[in-house]
Amino acid sequence: MYVAVKGGERAIENAHAWLAEERRGDTSVAELSLAQIREQLSLAVNRVMAEGSLYDPDLAALAIKQARGDLIEAIFLIRAYRTTLPRFGASRAVDTGAMACDRRISATFKDAPGGQVLGPTFDYTHRLLDFKLAAEGEVPPAPQAAPRGEPTPHITEFLGQEGLIQPEPESEAAPRDLTREPLEFPADRALRLQSLARGDEGFVLGMAYSTQRGYARNHAFVGELRIGRVAVEMDIPELGFAIEIGEVELTECETVNQFKGSKTEPPQFTRGYGLVFGQSERKAISMALVDRALRWQELGEDFLGAAAQDEEFVLSHCDNIQATGFLEHIKLPHYVDFQSELELVRKLRREAEERIAHREAAE
Amino acid sequence: MTEQAYNFAYLDEQTKRMIRRAILKALAVPGYQVPFASREMPMPYGWGTGGVQVSAATLTPEDRLKVIDQGADDTTNAVSIRKFFERTAGVATTEATQEATVIQTRHRIPEAELTEDQILVYQVPIPEPLRFLEPRETETRKMHSLQEYGLMHVKLYEDISQHGAISTAYAYPVRVAGRYVMDPSPIPKFDNPKMEMAAIQLFGAGREQRIYAVPPHTRVVSLDFEDYPFEATRADHVCDLCGAADSYLDEVIMDDAGGRMFVCSDTDYCHTRREAVA
Repeated sequence: MYVAVKGGERAIENAHAWLAEERRGDTSVAELSLAQIREQLSLAVNRVMAEGSLYDPDLAALAIKQARGDLIEAIFLIRAYRTTLPRFGASRAVDTGAMACDRRISATFKDAPGGQVLGPTFDYTHRLLDFKLAAEGEVPPAPQAAPRGEPTPHITEFLGQEGLIQPEPESEAAPRDLTREPLEFPADRALRLQSLARGDEGFVLGMAYSTQRGYARNHAFVGELRIGRVAVEMDIPELGFAIEIGEVELTECETVNQFKGSKTEPPQFTRGYGLVFGQSERKAISMALVDRALRWQELGEDFLGAAAQDEEFVLSHCDNIQATGFLEHIKLPHYVDFQSELELVRKLRREAEERIAHREAAE
Repeated sequence: MTEQAYNFAYLDEQTKRMIRRAILKALAVPGYQVPFASREMPMPYGWGTGGVQVSAATLTPEDRLKVIDQGADDTTNAVSIRKFFERTAGVATTEATQEATVIQTRHRIPEAELTEDQILVYQVPIPEPLRFLEPRETETRKMHSLQEYGLMHVKLYEDISQHGAISTAYAYPVRVAGRYVMDPSPIPKFDNPKMEMAAIQLFGAGREQRIYAVPPHTRVVSLDFEDYPFEATRADHVCDLCGAADSYLDEVIMDDAGGRMFVCSDTDYCHTRREAVA
């Protein structure tokens, strides 16, 4: 006779023990250290910090190790951890104009103060597998130049001096906080940017790509892309002034988009903006394109029915932790609702068969 | 970090306070979906994070918690959530419906009648009953505020014209206190009539950031038509274990030849009935 399965608890414990064993893999191979992950898988660490919304390379490395390299799982671990952390306050807005740039390029001007600095980029590498890396090899030190002393100005400032690019309104008001308030629509730009900054890289990339292919096309030039470290300052009430509490690495992208003017705005260039933790330039550029597409209303453009223009669509679906949780929940038992569907389909079939039999009998 | 490093029932007191305010508002406006700042929980969205947050904000150290999924205490996710509260809140747990003060459920209402000393917390995947008729939140909120529920009646009518019956078997829409149309969560429609109960019913949707409620003894009407009245259906069998003819049944496949047996989905109800006979 059927006996209701007991032992869910033991099954769960055993599954987790097996998981831990699989995570470790072959024990004759040396175990990864967090420092190795942090230093040698730094772009994965950056993505986990960006989408986990927590700047802590060591914790991100731990999450990647624990998640067996599944970055969305690692992001989830970080998010669940950060939500338990107390909040001491907010920093001052970081000044990306004062960034110590590792990389700074512009696609709109051949040269500008601060120059074009390629930095540590995959660009122009030939994507040939480097079999030398399969054997452990020492890397010769890269050539060095003297660091630039003065700050590197933003490219869009030069356009701003001529009034050619739309100025962004300044505000001292504290923006709404996506992690402390429910997301409600319409969302303002600050909230949209928060959402995109922690949004899934693949989703934001896909949305951005769709605008390039003509779904709400708005041709974007990369006005500037810069990667480097900025100081984080915080006002300490007891001291009465701001002190530097640390440094973070950021990627910032400003796109310059053509704009022929609308009923409300004169012809000028407009901006899309992306800002992401770490070296995450694919994400920052994607974010800037989607930001620009979502600004159609404020600039008096037409809604073309494109997904990337649709704030509710983009913001409701860009979070990979929400998406993966809901997607994967269909693995959970659904016996009860399925049973009710079974009964319904059987009943409908029975009635349909009766109707057919009745009709045939009448003919 | 050890479990002791977390607050009682995991969430910090400020977050619980925010959730309690949402719960009170929900009870004051039955069936209305109150937005709340849902937190990231250490379990995935879609796996009961809304119910867990509501339970966490509801539990006191003296409470006795029961967790069921599909009516059963021993389904894996029910085990996992029960264990979570055992670890983080240290509350007593039980499988006996009558002994529980707080019951968190997914997809079922227990068969035993609940009392005014109990709170039933539902896990909700999609809180918006109009969602699959209109995907935009901005639109559905407008429809609720204007009580514009014609679309839902048209959907039910189209079911009848196409299939001869309303083809919604679970998450069957209800109207609460004559005002808001509400999603009862994916419970089978068999459970709908039980929603007029003495216990407080709280609904938590974590990913969608909504809490709603049905206060005790509130009128809950399943939508229907005069000539096609609502019908609470169940498999036309008795439980093969306890012989109950009034409980909701799960169908279990027994062998390759299509052998089936039907058993109560409410494991405590079935167990209690068998104990009484023994």
